[in-house]
Amino acid sequence: MQTEFSKEQDLLRDVVARALRDKSPATAVRESMATDRGYDPAVWQELCGDAGLAGVHVPEVHGGAGGGAVELGIVAEEMGRRLFCGPWFASAVMAGTALVEAASDSDRDELLPGVAGGSTIATLVLDDLNAPAGVGGSITSTEDGKLSGTATMVLDAHVADLLLVVASGAGGLELHAVEGGASGLAVESLQVVDPTRKLSRVVFTDVPGRRVGEVTGDTLNRIWDRICSALAHEMIGGAQHLFETTVNYTKERFQFGRPIGSFQALKHRCADLLLEIEIARALTHHSARCLDAGAGEPHAASMAKAAAADAYMSAARAGIQLRGGIGFTWENDAHLWFKRAKGSEVLFGTPAIHRERMMTMLEGAA
Amino acid sequence: MTPDRIRSEVSAWLDANWRVDRPLIEWREILLDGGWAAPHWPEEWYGRGFTLDQTAVVAEVFRERDVVPAAQVGPRGLASETILACGSDDQKRRFLRPILTGEHTWCQLFSEPGSGSDLAGLSTRAEMKDGKWIINGQKVWNTSAHHADFGLLVARTDWDVPKHQGISYFLLDMRQAGVEARPLRQMNGHQSFNEVFMTNAVVAPEDLIGGEGNGWHVAKTTLSFERRGFSRRVRGSSLDGPKQGPIYGEYEEELRIATEPYTWYPQREGRVDLVLPRARETGAINDPATRQEIAKLICLHTGARLASDSAEASRKAGTTEIIPAGSIGKLAASVIARQASHVHTMISGADAMLSGPDSAADGIIAEVLVSVPAISIAGGTDEIQRNIISERVLGMPKGYRADQGPFRDIKRNA
Ligand SMILES: Cc1cc2nc3c(=O)[nH]c(=O)nc-3n(C[C@H](O)[C@H](O)[C@H](O)COP(=O)(O)OP(=O)(O)OC[C@H]3O[C@@H](n4cnc5c(N)ncnc54)[C@H](O)[C@@H]3O)c2cc1C
Repeated sequence: MQTEFSKEQDLLRDVVARALRDKSPATAVRESMATDRGYDPAVWQELCGDAGLAGVHVPEVHGGAGGGAVELGIVAEEMGRRLFCGPWFASAVMAGTALVEAASDSDRDELLPGVAGGSTIATLVLDDLNAPAGVGGSITSTEDGKLSGTATMVLDAHVADLLLVVASGAGGLELHAVEGGASGLAVESLQVVDPTRKLSRVVFTDVPGRRVGEVTGDTLNRIWDRICSALAHEMIGGAQHLFETTVNYTKERFQFGRPIGSFQALKHRCADLLLEIEIARALTHHSARCLDAGAGEPHAASMAKAAAADAYMSAARAGIQLRGGIGFTWENDAHLWFKRAKGSEVLFGTPAIHRERMMTMLEGAA
Repeated sequence: MTPDRIRSEVSAWLDANWRVDRPLIEWREILLDGGWAAPHWPEEWYGRGFTLDQTAVVAEVFRERDVVPAAQVGPRGLASETILACGSDDQKRRFLRPILTGEHTWCQLFSEPGSGSDLAGLSTRAEMKDGKWIINGQKVWNTSAHHADFGLLVARTDWDVPKHQGISYFLLDMRQAGVEARPLRQMNGHQSFNEVFMTNAVVAPEDLIGGEGNGWHVAKTTLSFERRGFSRRVRGSSLDGPKQGPIYGEYEEELRIATEPYTWYPQREGRVDLVLPRARETGAINDPATRQEIAKLICLHTGARLASDSAEASRKAGTTEIIPAGSIGKLAASVIARQASHVHTMISGADAMLSGPDSAADGIIAEVLVSVPAISIAGGTDEIQRNIISERVLGMPKGYRADQGPFRDIKRNA
């Protein structure tokens, strides 16, 4: 399998990196995270409406750029590096992927162009965010498409125009489309550890939905893998950024008459961190290539999610520790990445869950 | 050249030249002259300037047809790569050929009792007397030195300049009265490495490589190849199954002697390949805690391989320096080996107390447990790799140094 990016993919990365450097500096992240809405609509319009960043992985017939998991990963990595604050992950990655993988042709025709073009903000409603096996049961659908039940945590539901809901129907799991503000829908914002990723509790009481597709176990696992691969990319981008700023800090801060980066305890910690991030990055990029090729290890996405989460947390811990007291302040930016790392570590399965998932794929259940 | 073209060319050449009744060395001479002994070497030196991928195609054809390849086991690769990179045309002419034919075996005479990590702190003495270099001093931990014909030797030729500047690099004839190699027993019971004593050993002036005082540069070239070898090992390939023909007898005997010091090397890398079979066989595959550790190992092992592939790709594109990439790979190999040893211990449980033929996998697992400590020492310790990575890759500042100024004045081991 490929181990390098194509020229077009390198170009995509350059464009996205530049846009995010300009549009998502830490000051902007802080401004957005302090608002209830959680994002800046003008920036959203530029990144998703004009630049098409919500549709890189959506087929061209549905208004996207026709890329795959690799292109989605590139955008996610750059988003993660700059800690972009907004519903991109919920809308493009989660809802977009669910539509591509599970919706009927006509529903895709109708719903995907808005998501890909950024004019629709969507999210995916799952009643479990730990493992595919836990999904289902808490939200049910009736014959005539009425949804009832609770999802305890939904990303960016408070700003969603469109909710794609995985609900239990008579014959198994189904994907339903629900309009934001539909009758019987209650969205309640939650307090979160990572203020750059908003969560809500969503309660459905006879909410009118439209069944857009069936969600078999295979489909759910495919969606899960694609989301996890994109999330791993987002984490690698964040880990890399935090690592670079941390190493730079050790070159500038003096104690005992020398830069702290000349102390071997810190050097060795950074060398180990480099290795951990390199390995996680290789697994992450590989996971996207496997998904696009439909080949390679079936557990590639779980390897990526587990390794990237551990590497991000290692970078986050070092990012605070190597800064000393200033690292523990609200004013210093390191904690923003630390909190994103913590949130991402547990979203869509902790590293331990993914390691067990990969062992089950390799060797069967214990 | 496409893989198919390479296949058909090498096959046609083998049809015309390969015979099992030739003496081994005679066959290798023909192989060399045909240009198929080391296709990744430059054209003027027996090669074809092939990439590693193209070279792998040639090796594959050799294996499929049970053809005996050029000699490749042991430190001779370090010798040939160093001589190719830094040697004079005369040295290349004299030394490269017998390396490929297998007539000469080599060893690496770097470490000393007083200087290991601090290689540039070495104190073996080389002095010019009557037109010859006279060598006095001791080396240690020198793998295969007990049966080597030549040694890659670093020695001090100037004591009055800073330590890196006073070193010269020699190609030492081991078969002389002034050189004595004594095998040392390792913690895993094997005797692969030696101590080597040099007492008025002689080196001809034309066997100084890279110029007087330039030995540190040449040594770094050797080390960079060595470290890369930990992540991408070119193994001496034994041909599968019994083969009919006189040449195979000679070849197997050569391999037996050359590979003898290295039989435990796969064990020092942790034998990741045995983890799942052993876990299934013992039932440990159903233990949740063990499954977690196995999964971590698989992630490390797969990720390090993928990372090394992409480092190799960017190295070809000329963007990464060789030494830091080798250091990352070497550190990764240590981390993987330790995790594998940890997992093997979990899988074996109390049985991990046993060794020898009655123990797990015919004693292989026990050998893993007592061989893994070597990988984080040999070829530069983990700590040294971390120093290199932090300073050369991350650009972190060097620490305080106590070894500047003329070598003569630096504190060192008695
Ligand atoms: C199996 C095996 C095969 C070998 N084969 C060969 C061979 O063929 N030829 C050859 O020449 N040598 C060979 N060696 C030797 C090897 O290269 C040295 O052992 C190694 O470089 C360490 O040197 P040392 O043993 O003197 O330990 P020391 O350098 O004394 O190290 C002792 C400890 O101090 C640490 N340390 C030293 N300096 C620093 C520093 N600057 N910062 C932080 N920590 C530091 C080390 O990491 C180590 O933990 C072999 C070794 C082994 C184990």
